[in-house]
Amino acid sequence: MKVHEYQAREIFRDHGLPVPLDRVAATPEEAEAAARELGGAVVVKAQVLVGGRGKAGGVKLAADPEEARRKATDILGMDIKGITVERVLVAPAVDIASEAYAGIVIDRASRRPVMMVSAAGGVDIEEVARSTPEKIQRVGIDPRYGLLNHQATALGFALFDDLKLVRQAADLFRRLHAAFLDVDASLAEINPLVVSEDGELLAIDAKLNLDDNALFRHPDLEKLRDPSDEDPAETEAREKGLSYVKLDGNIGCIVNGAGLAMATMDLIKYYGAEPANFLDIGGSSNPEKVVNAMRIVLSDPNVEAILFNIFGGITRCDDVANGIVEALGRLEVDVPIVIRLTGTNEEEALRILEGVGLPATKSMDDVVQRAIEMADRKAAPETAR
Amino acid sequence: MSVFIDESTRLVVQGITGRDGSFHARQMLEYGTRVVAGVVPGKGGQTFDDAVPIFHTVAEAVAETGATASVIYVPPAFAVDAVYEAADAGIELIVTITEGIPVLDMTRVMPYVQERGARVLGPNCPGLISPGKSKIGILPGQICTPGPVGVVSRSGTLTYEVIHHLTGDGVGQSTCVGIGGDPIIGTSFIDCLEAFEADPETEAVVMIGEIGGTDEQEAARHVESAMTKPVVGFIAGQTAPPGRRMGHAGAIISGSEGTAAEKIEAFRESGIAVARRPADLVGLVREALG
Repeated sequence: MKVHEYQAREIFRDHGLPVPLDRVAATPEEAEAAARELGGAVVVKAQVLVGGRGKAGGVKLAADPEEARRKATDILGMDIKGITVERVLVAPAVDIASEAYAGIVIDRASRRPVMMVSAAGGVDIEEVARSTPEKIQRVGIDPRYGLLNHQATALGFALFDDLKLVRQAADLFRRLHAAFLDVDASLAEINPLVVSEDGELLAIDAKLNLDDNALFRHPDLEKLRDPSDEDPAETEAREKGLSYVKLDGNIGCIVNGAGLAMATMDLIKYYGAEPANFLDIGGSSNPEKVVNAMRIVLSDPNVEAILFNIFGGITRCDDVANGIVEALGRLEVDVPIVIRLTGTNEEEALRILEGVGLPATKSMDDVVQRAIEMADRKAAPETAR
Repeated sequence: MSVFIDESTRLVVQGITGRDGSFHARQMLEYGTRVVAGVVPGKGGQTFDDAVPIFHTVAEAVAETGATASVIYVPPAFAVDAVYEAADAGIELIVTITEGIPVLDMTRVMPYVQERGARVLGPNCPGLISPGKSKIGILPGQICTPGPVGVVSRSGTLTYEVIHHLTGDGVGQSTCVGIGGDPIIGTSFIDCLEAFEADPETEAVVMIGEIGGTDEQEAARHVESAMTKPVVGFIAGQTAPPGRRMGHAGAIISGSEGTAAEKIEAFRESGIAVARRPADLVGLVREALG
């Protein structure tokens, strides 16, 4: 789960990181008042959960409260990568002497958190990692002992020569690590980490992604979730225990298992069409889940055919078949449905489906090709029937 | 031979009376797995299905039954403690089926387990099966048949799909291992490849990867430098958008890292034939077996 910059700043500040005070504004008037309260020049920043907002014009400097209001007027309501800006952050403008980067991620290969710093801050760190990896210093953090003092100090020396700054940076890195652990983050990032003209070390941006698996022990953080970050259908799916990702194609997919669901999408592409979604109904297969899955896939107006690809293991094919029959009774289904079922209780499932006149296949390739055919026919109704 | 498990493997089921634990304990018993004990704190002294003694702790189960492997069907909030407990009891193979264990918990438990010389498979995995000998986890036994092909995969049902094609075409399996879909897992592709290379019964390997991370790329380099047996592969997620978690916690393209395209390229560069469809793997395996 991603959290907004203003939320991450508050969490970082709570852990003693040097994040300048700020205000959040939802209207130009609030932005003006915030700038007045903070005093002096401010920066007005769009609060959206996508990267690249600076390039999109979502971050502006303002010399005074009046200008802050005008900049907020420009930014609020702006569309950044399909997301409408509903809030801006107003923070004191900082005279920057130098910009660095500091972040912690989970390194999958070494199975531990890794802290990374770079003197090339303020820019896309992934680009730095790609083009000049030598400009990034990394240190693996042993989860049993945490970030050791000497490691933090060495990272400080990687950024600064001045001993006072090195010590300040080392302290900052330890606090960032503490915040990372406290909230069960999967990523914590300060970019840029700046030294001001006054020689002060400041975190003037904050980025935090949380581990979805750990949210059960952080009910307070779950409340930070921004529903506008998700398609409403994705929110409904999550609440119903389904994994759903909306895509741009016209073939709706309902599959059990994430790997098989991805492979089904790929097979749709292989046969020349585009999947409308990723949807994993998960392991256990009560019929209600299938009804919910159908409702969610049908809510996408681009869908012109729905395919089921079920490989029964823990999932019982007859449960899925019963769910399909129930969904047909309860939902208005105006697109063709094609079904592949194999594995646990498949004979029973085929009998249930035959009873309502729905044929099913045992082959994944067949079901994908038939779904594409049906969608094509639906798109060109004169050739149908 | 087979890898990690065989007919002598003695299994304890942690969480044997739960919904999933009881269902799969029965399936494993039916398959012929030597399920020697169950563990449920508070239910020690009872017997599961008149066949399997239940203990309060894994340590008791090991002392009484000589269990060497465990399988964990415990809810995510308690699952990581079940791993610690199994490692402390001297279990050698800890198969963790549970999905949803916090990633930082996995970073902490892994060094603990390794210090005790144990292996974790998973979490968020379907387990493993050596057809005709033993199965641990949730893989459906009836789709497998004994033979010369090792299968290793990050997925569950996609693995079943591939095994189904292999068996349907008369190509049997030595062992099929589901390593799990989480970002941090106890047993990697490379661990499995090494085991298959050393297993005299395995003649070729099918490796099924997906988007997210760089495990497949590292595995490809390993295949090139250290494997004499042929490996064929498949990667799921060519149509997955970046930045979105595709079901599995580990199946996410971060920035530009972890795409299917880069993994397929890494496979090809290392001499691993890559199937475009799951169904095409059978032909590649047949070619590899010669």
